[in-house]
Amino acid sequence: MKQLMSFIRKEFYHILRDKPTMLILLGIPIIQIILFGFALTTEVKNTQVAVLVPTTDEATQRIIEKINASTYFDVVAKIHNTEEIQPIFRDAKAKLIMVFEDHFAENLRRTGKAHIQLIADATDPNAATSFTFYASNIISSYQQELLGQTTNPFQITPEVKMLYNPQMISAFNFVPGVLGMIMLLICAMMTSIAIVREKEMGTMEILLVSPMKPIYTILSKITPYFVLSCVNFATIMLLSVYVLRVPIAGSFISLVFVSLLYIFVSLALGLLVSTLTNSQQAAMLISGMGLMIPVMLLSGMIFPIENMPIPLQWFSDIIPAKWYISAVKSIMIQGLGITAVVKEVVILSMMALILVTISLSKFKVRLE
Amino acid sequence: MNKPNKDIAIHCDSVSKNYKKVEALKNICFDVKRGEIFGLIGPDGAGKTTLFRILTTLILPDRGMASVDSFDVVKDYKEIRKCVGYMPGRFSLYQDLTVEENLNFFATVFGTTVVENYELIKDIYQQIEPFKTRRAGKLSGGMKQKLALSCALIHKPSVLFLDEPTTGVDPVSRKEFWGMLQKLKTKGITILVSTPYMDEAVLCDRIALIQNGQFLKIDTPKSIVTQYQNKLWAVESDKMHKLLIDLRGNEMTRNCFAFGDKIHISSPLNPTKGDLKTFDKNKIEEIILNNGHKNVIISEIEPSIEDCFMQLSQK
Repeated sequence: MKQLMSFIRKEFYHILRDKPTMLILLGIPIIQIILFGFALTTEVKNTQVAVLVPTTDEATQRIIEKINASTYFDVVAKIHNTEEIQPIFRDAKAKLIMVFEDHFAENLRRTGKAHIQLIADATDPNAATSFTFYASNIISSYQQELLGQTTNPFQITPEVKMLYNPQMISAFNFVPGVLGMIMLLICAMMTSIAIVREKEMGTMEILLVSPMKPIYTILSKITPYFVLSCVNFATIMLLSVYVLRVPIAGSFISLVFVSLLYIFVSLALGLLVSTLTNSQQAAMLISGMGLMIPVMLLSGMIFPIENMPIPLQWFSDIIPAKWYISAVKSIMIQGLGITAVVKEVVILSMMALILVTISLSKFKVRLE
Repeated sequence: MNKPNKDIAIHCDSVSKNYKKVEALKNICFDVKRGEIFGLIGPDGAGKTTLFRILTTLILPDRGMASVDSFDVVKDYKEIRKCVGYMPGRFSLYQDLTVEENLNFFATVFGTTVVENYELIKDIYQQIEPFKTRRAGKLSGGMKQKLALSCALIHKPSVLFLDEPTTGVDPVSRKEFWGMLQKLKTKGITILVSTPYMDEAVLCDRIALIQNGQFLKIDTPKSIVTQYQNKLWAVESDKMHKLLIDLRGNEMTRNCFAFGDKIHISSPLNPTKGDLKTFDKNKIEEIILNNGHKNVIISEIEPSIEDCFMQLSQK
């Protein structure tokens, strides 16, 4: 026990004395959350809007007035046929085009139904969601106005069409995503590097030729990074709740439980990487390229898994982050209880068990 | 081992080790007696480190068996790890920890304390104690070695393995270092030490000359030197590089090699037709002068370990 404590203390010395690395490790979550946070809260103000009005009438005019009067939009162009839509987007004259159908007011009067198509430039998907939502709101407020005037039930259906990015990234997607990424970065990459560093420095030779049990070596390597991950988890939670106002809808205890499980899986992964490599660069490459990139690309954080080719979808199943992110979304965003994420918990537990078994059996008590 | 022998600290029986196709060790057999300083003398790549790693249980031999303190290096590796001290060839301490922290850490790793065995390391550690709050990475070469030795000794090992402890250390520190080893010997610690420096060989009780994974000879340094039968001359001239080429080019003086700022020539290994008798100082002088050298100095000398090594390695 004394051996273990002394070893863990030594590991903390290593981390605390390497100030640049420690700053990066503690700073990354803050920076990422702030960066993603600002991308998320892009203020939709004075967005340029073009309108396509085939037949001008009092209804279309009223809607355009309302749109123009709001702080969100500026109507910058009026066009009359569909061919003009493309050039407007191409020359970035407007971000949103409202397409009224022919005889808008007449249709509304006669059938009680009329259509407006909202075509948005979704290259900035977060902004596009916001302003189409605002535009739809303005249209329905006009509907309310009409309802107050007459007894006829009028119905204007805004039909939203997202150009360039049909699959929208969910606004709350990135907090679970960042969590999944940071944990993996700290746990897997740093743990594997810390163990491989001992090999590279030659100190592993001395540690092996000592009565020190291998399990102690492993435990003392993972403990500081476990602590660091918990600190990062707390940072991300505080930032997302108090700065980004992403509420924790579900049980905080369940969230912590799932996160601890995921941290455990990541540590086991790092351990596995360390048993496979002999140099810090190799460990960094494997955990960087081999773990980080699949997590970013295949966990559903950036690209929706449903859109991927079937083989990649299968592949995404073996990525722990996918299950973690899905569980965090269910608990944190959707507010579901732990019973809703039983599948994820079981899969993550299985992964942890398998990884720990493999890496412990692979941990070398000799140099070769 | 069938019959544990308390007087034998290290026992090696036909140990071989291959790295893919390279034969790192071929059929190594030797015993190190308890309380002995045993030197492995040989150039880089001779297989010294491989032998160290087998004996310290870090790698497995392909063939043969070895034991340390009567414990088998394969089966009882855990026992060996408790009772030996190992100092790898490369400085292998934590550079970002201070001198004191390193020592304390290794003491705890071996389940002891600095206070408990301070007596053993006192002489060595006292020299670096003024710098105990300095990071190990910022120490000089000699001080690093002293710290590494202190760390390897902190648990009072019965056998000490030192892999090239004096490589990259200044001559004064090297001398001091060997002085410390002699002191440790008096405390009953068996020491297996390797070195590429032939001049350190005479400081060992017995040495093994090793080359290309094979032992050329195992004996006391004195006996190895007395077994050198040929005559030996040291020569120098105004053009040393040309001299070596000229001497190598001649059938009679082919057994020559650069030794410091001189060239050592030994009489032919397998004298035929009375070569040995006619081969003398005058003959050498004649050969050298015929090649147009000036300021020629030739003197007969006593062989050193290096001369013995060169001769043995040519056989």
